[in-house]
Amino acid sequence: MLALIPLFPFAGFLVNASLGRRLPKSVSGGVASAAMVAAFAVAGTSVLALAGMPPGRRAVEETVYTWIASGEFVLDLTFRLDPLSAVMILVVTGIGALIHVYSTAYMHEETDPEYARYFSYLNLFAAFMLVLVLGANFLVLFVGWEGVGLCSYLLIGFWFRKKSAADAGKKAFIVNRIGDYAFVLGMLLLVTRFGTLDFQRLAAVVSAVPPEQGVCGAVSMATLLLFIGATGKSAQIPLYTWLPDAMEGPTPVSALIHAATMVTAGVYMIGRNAVLFSHAPETMLIVAVVGAVTALMAGTIGLVQNDIKRVLAYSTVSQLGLMFLAMGVGAFGAGIFHLYTHAFFKALLFLGSGAVIHALHGEQDIRHMGGLKRSLPVTYWTFLIGSLAIAGVPFLSGFFSKDEILYETFREGHLLLWVVAAVTSLLTAVYMFRLVFLTFHGERREGATGTHAGATGDHDGAIPPDVGATVHRPGADSHRQDAGSHLHDAPAAMAVVLVVLAAGSVLAGYIGVPHAIGGHNRLGEWLAPSFQVAAAEGGEALAPVEPVEEGGAAGGEAALELSLMGVSSLIALAGIGLAAFIWLRRRQLADAMASRFPALYRLLLNKYYVDEIYDAAVVQPIRIGSQEGLWRGFDVRVVDGVVNGTGVAIAAGSAVLRRLQTGSVRTYAGSMFIGVVVILGYYLWR
Amino acid sequence: MLNASFDAIVPMLCVTLAALAVMGAEAFRSKGENLPIGGLGIVGLLGAGVATVLLWDRNATGFGVIVADNFALFITAVLLAVGVLTIMFSSPVIQRDGLPKGEYYALVLFSIAGMIMMASANDLLVIFIALEILSIAVYVLTGIRRDDARATEASFKYFLLGAFSSAFFLYGIAFTYGLAGSTRLDRIGAYLAAQSMSANPLILVALGLLLVGFAFKISAVPFHMWTPDAYEGAPAVVTGFMSTGVKAAAFAAFARVFLSAFEPFSAEWAPMVWLLAAATMILGTVVGVAQSNLKRMLAYSSIAHGGYLLVALVAANDIGKAAILFYLLAYAVTNVAAFGVIALLGTREAANDDLRDYAGLWHTHPALAALMTVCLLSLGGLPPTAGFIGKWYVFSAAISAGYYGLAIIGVLTSVISVFFYLRVVVMMYMAERQGPLAAPPRVAAVGMAALVASIAAIVVLGVLPTTVLDLAAASIATIF
Repeated sequence: MLALIPLFPFAGFLVNASLGRRLPKSVSGGVASAAMVAAFAVAGTSVLALAGMPPGRRAVEETVYTWIASGEFVLDLTFRLDPLSAVMILVVTGIGALIHVYSTAYMHEETDPEYARYFSYLNLFAAFMLVLVLGANFLVLFVGWEGVGLCSYLLIGFWFRKKSAADAGKKAFIVNRIGDYAFVLGMLLLVTRFGTLDFQRLAAVVSAVPPEQGVCGAVSMATLLLFIGATGKSAQIPLYTWLPDAMEGPTPVSALIHAATMVTAGVYMIGRNAVLFSHAPETMLIVAVVGAVTALMAGTIGLVQNDIKRVLAYSTVSQLGLMFLAMGVGAFGAGIFHLYTHAFFKALLFLGSGAVIHALHGEQDIRHMGGLKRSLPVTYWTFLIGSLAIAGVPFLSGFFSKDEILYETFREGHLLLWVVAAVTSLLTAVYMFRLVFLTFHGERREGATGTHAGATGDHDGAIPPDVGATVHRPGADSHRQDAGSHLHDAPAAMAVVLVVLAAGSVLAGYIGVPHAIGGHNRLGEWLAPSFQVAAAEGGEALAPVEPVEEGGAAGGEAALELSLMGVSSLIALAGIGLAAFIWLRRRQLADAMASRFPALYRLLLNKYYVDEIYDAAVVQPIRIGSQEGLWRGFDVRVVDGVVNGTGVAIAAGSAVLRRLQTGSVRTYAGSMFIGVVVILGYYLWR
Repeated sequence: MLNASFDAIVPMLCVTLAALAVMGAEAFRSKGENLPIGGLGIVGLLGAGVATVLLWDRNATGFGVIVADNFALFITAVLLAVGVLTIMFSSPVIQRDGLPKGEYYALVLFSIAGMIMMASANDLLVIFIALEILSIAVYVLTGIRRDDARATEASFKYFLLGAFSSAFFLYGIAFTYGLAGSTRLDRIGAYLAAQSMSANPLILVALGLLLVGFAFKISAVPFHMWTPDAYEGAPAVVTGFMSTGVKAAAFAAFARVFLSAFEPFSAEWAPMVWLLAAATMILGTVVGVAQSNLKRMLAYSSIAHGGYLLVALVAANDIGKAAILFYLLAYAVTNVAAFGVIALLGTREAANDDLRDYAGLWHTHPALAALMTVCLLSLGGLPPTAGFIGKWYVFSAAISAGYYGLAIIGVLTSVISVFFYLRVVVMMYMAERQGPLAAPPRVAAVGMAALVASIAAIVVLGVLPTTVLDLAAASIATIF
C-alpha cells in the first residue's frame, strides 16, 4: 500500500517518458496530474488508517524486499509511515497535485514533446521525494535524496536554451553534490560505527549512550556531516546560493521546489533523526545558529531585490532558516509545523507570481509592474492572503507556526537567536508587502510588457522565462502584441489552484493552535512520537526528546507565550505598516535610503557578493587546477598535443616512426619509469 | 587424475576451440560467402558458461597451475558476459567498418581465453603467459582499423609500453623465483609466511616489480599514460572490450597474487597500493572533467574506476574482497554498454564520439539516450544502480578497515565524477544539434538487444544485488 504512493507518480513518469512525445497535451498533463491525485488519495487513506491507531503506536512499516544483505549488514527497502512522514506525504502529494494541475495551464504553450518531457520530470521529482520521506533507513532516503537532486537539475534547466537557466540547473546540481558528499560520509560513519542505517534502530542505539560533548564524537561528527548535506538540499549557509538562481526554471517548478519538495528534505531529515541530533548538542547549536543567520541574511537580501521570483526565493531561504532554527533548539514539532504551513503559502505565492508573469507575458521585474490589482483580481486577493500568512499576521497559518518557533526559541533560553528571528519576521513582513504594493498597487509603470516584448534577450534578469520555448513558434509574436492593452487573469485551472491554496494558507494553522489562546496543538501531539525513540517492544519510550507539556503547566508559561505572541503580532503589523508607508505613500523614501547608503544597498543588491566570493575562492581555482594544471600541464601536453596535432596529418607508417622521434612514447615510458623508481626506491631505502 | 585436470580448463578450452573454429571458418569460406562467424563465438562462450556453472563449488585444479575455484569462475563468468556483449556489439560494427571478420572474432576469443587463464592461474609464469596471450590479441585489436592513423598509433604505443611493463613483471617473477624457489603461488606464500618482516630486501624488490606489472595492466597512475591514447584510438567496441576484460583479468590475478601469495607482506604493499589508489582516483577524475571527447572521458573514467577497485584491494577485509568481485561485474557490464552506445552511433567515416555529437540525441534516438543515461548514472554511482551498490561496498570496506583517508578521497572523486557523466546526459536531453552534423545512423537490432540486456543487468544488480553479493562473498572466501 505504502509503496503505491511513490509508484503512482513513477508510473506517470514512465508513461510520459516513453510515449509522451506522441501524446496530446491533454493526455500527458492529465496522466501526470491523475498520478499525483491518485498518490494523494492513497496517502490520505493511509494517514487516516494511521490516525485510527493508538497514539503511541502510530507506525506502519512495509518492507518491499531485502535490498542488500551480505554478512551482518542487512538493509531492507522499507517504507515507514509514522506521524512525521504522514505530514510529509500529505504535503508532497497534496501541494504536488495542485502544482501539477496548475502546470497543465501554465505550460500550455510548450510543444507536445516538451510538455510531456516537463510532466515526466515533474512526476519523477515527486516520486523521488516520496521515496525520500517514506524511506525507513538512510539508504532509501538517499535514493530519494539523489533523485530529487537530479530532477531539480533537469527541471531548473528545463528551458535550457536560455543560458541562465542551464547555468542555474548546473549550479543547483553542483552545490547539491557538495552537500551530498558530506551526507555520504555521514552515512558511512554511522554504518561503520553503529552497524545500521535504520532510523529506528539508530535512535535506539544512540539513546543508550549519554549525549556527546564536543564535536569529535561519532554522533556529533556524523550529524554535522548530515547537516552539511541538509544545508545543500535545504539552501542554508554556506550552500544556499543555488536556490535563488533556481527560479530560472518554470514557475510551477519553483513552487514545487520551494514549497512541497526538495528544500524541505533537509528539515525533514533532521526531524527524522531527532534522537540522533539531540545526542549531539554541539551540532544542534550549530544548526540553530546557521538557521538563524541564514534567515536574517536572506531576509535582508530580499528587501532590495527587484525580480518578483527572486524576492520569493530569498524569502524561502529565510523561512527555511527559521525551520532550522526550530530544529536546532530542539523544537522539532515547531519546525515541521512551519514547514507544513509554509508549503501552502509559499506554493500560493509562487503560483501567484506565476499568474502575474503569465499575464504579463514574461515580465518579472516588479519595477515594471504596479496597479495589477484591478486587472488580476483573483491573483491579487490570493497573493495578498499568502503575503499576510507569511508575514505572520494573527490567525492566519503562518502566524501559528512562526510564533511557535519564536516561543520555543525564547523558552529554550536562546535570547539572541530569538531577537534574530524576530528581526527576520519584521523583514519578512516588509519585503513581502513591498512586493505586494509594488506589484499590485499604485499605477502601471513604464517599461511594461508592450514595449518590453520586443527587446528581450539582452540581460539575464529581464529575459522572459518562456522566451526559449516560444522563440520558434510563429504564433507567439502576435500573441504578445496585445499584451499591453488588457491583461487576463489566471485561467481556470490556475485560478482554482490559487483559491484552494489561499484557503489552505488561512486554515492550515488551525491544527496547531497554541494552548495559550485556548487552542489545542494537535499537530504537536501528533508528531511528538516521531521525535522519540519508538516505544520498544512493550516498553516505555526510552528518552523523550521533547518533554510533553503537562496540562497544568505553569500559568507563567502561558502568560509568556501570550506576551510573545503579542510581540510577534505587533512585529508583523508594524512591518506591513512600514512597507505601506514607504511604498504606498513615500516611494521616494526607498530611493532616498538607497542613495543615502549606497554601499549597503549595493551589498544587499548583490547578495553580499557571496556568489562572486565563491567563484573566486572555489570555482576558479578548481577549474584552473583541472584544466591548466593536471590536464594541460600533465596529460594534454604529452597526450593530446600529439594526437590532435600530428596524428591525423601524417600517414600511418611514418606516424609511427615520427612518434618515436617526437618522444611521446619516451615520455610515457618516462612516467612509468618514475613510478618504478618511486616504488622500488620506497622499498629499498625507506 | 588427468581427467580431473582437464575439468578445470574446460571453460578456456571451449573459448579456444571456438576461436579455432572461427579461424577455420574464415579460412575455408568461399569469397563473398557470409558465414555467421560471430554466432560461432557466442556458441563457444555459452559452452564455456555452462562449464563454469557446472564447475561451481568443485574446486577443480588442472595440471597444478590452473585452479577453477569459485573466485576464478566468478571472474570467468564476468569475462564471458563481456565477451558475449562484445560480439553482439561488434557484428554491426564489423559490417559497417569493413573489418576482417574472421580475424576480429578470433582475436577477441583468444584474448578471452587468455583472460580466463589469467584469472585461474595459480602460478606466476602461467599468469605471465596468459597476460601475453591476452595482451598481444588486444594490441592487434586496437589497431585493427588499418586505415585509421590514430588506431595504428594507439596500437603501437600500447604495444611498446606493454612490452616495457611485461619486462618489469617478468623481472619480478624472476626475483620471486630466485627467492622462493618456485613460481607456484601456494609455495611462494608458504615461503613468505616463514620470513620475518625485516626480511631480505630482495623480497620487496620482487614485490615492487610485480606491482608495477599489474599497475600497468589496470592502468593505475602513474602507469596509466597509454590508456587514454589506446582507448581513444581503438574502435569503440574494442575499447569497451579491453577496458573491462583486461581490467577484470588483471585485477583477478592481482588480487590472487597479493591476497594469497603476498598476503604475509600486506603491511609492506598496502601503503603503496594506497598511494596508487589515491593517485588513480584523483587523476582519473580530475582530468576526466576536462575532456570533451567521450571515449577519452570514459578512458579517464575507467582509470578512476581502477582506483576504486584498488581501494577495495587495500581494505582487504571480507567486505572489500567481495566488493572487488561485485564492482568488477558492475563496472564491466556498465562500461561495455557505454562503449557499445558509442560504437553503435559511429559511422564508417566519423566516429561521432565527441561530446557535441550527443547533442539532442534524445530527439533522434530516445531509447538509446535513455539506456546511455542509465549507464552513465551507474558509472557515477547514483542509486539505485549497480554502480551505486559497488561503490557503497568499496567505501564501507575502506572505512571498516580504518582507511578513512581513502574513503574520503573516493567519495569526493565519485561526487566530482558525476559531473562529467552528467554532462553527457545534459547534452543528450538538454541541447540541440548544431551545425552540419549528420544525424547519427540507425541502430542495429542485435546491438540494441545487447544494450537492453546490459541495462537490465545494471538495474537488477542495483535493485536486487543480494544474490550476486552472496555469490561474490562466497567465491572470494574459497581462496583467501
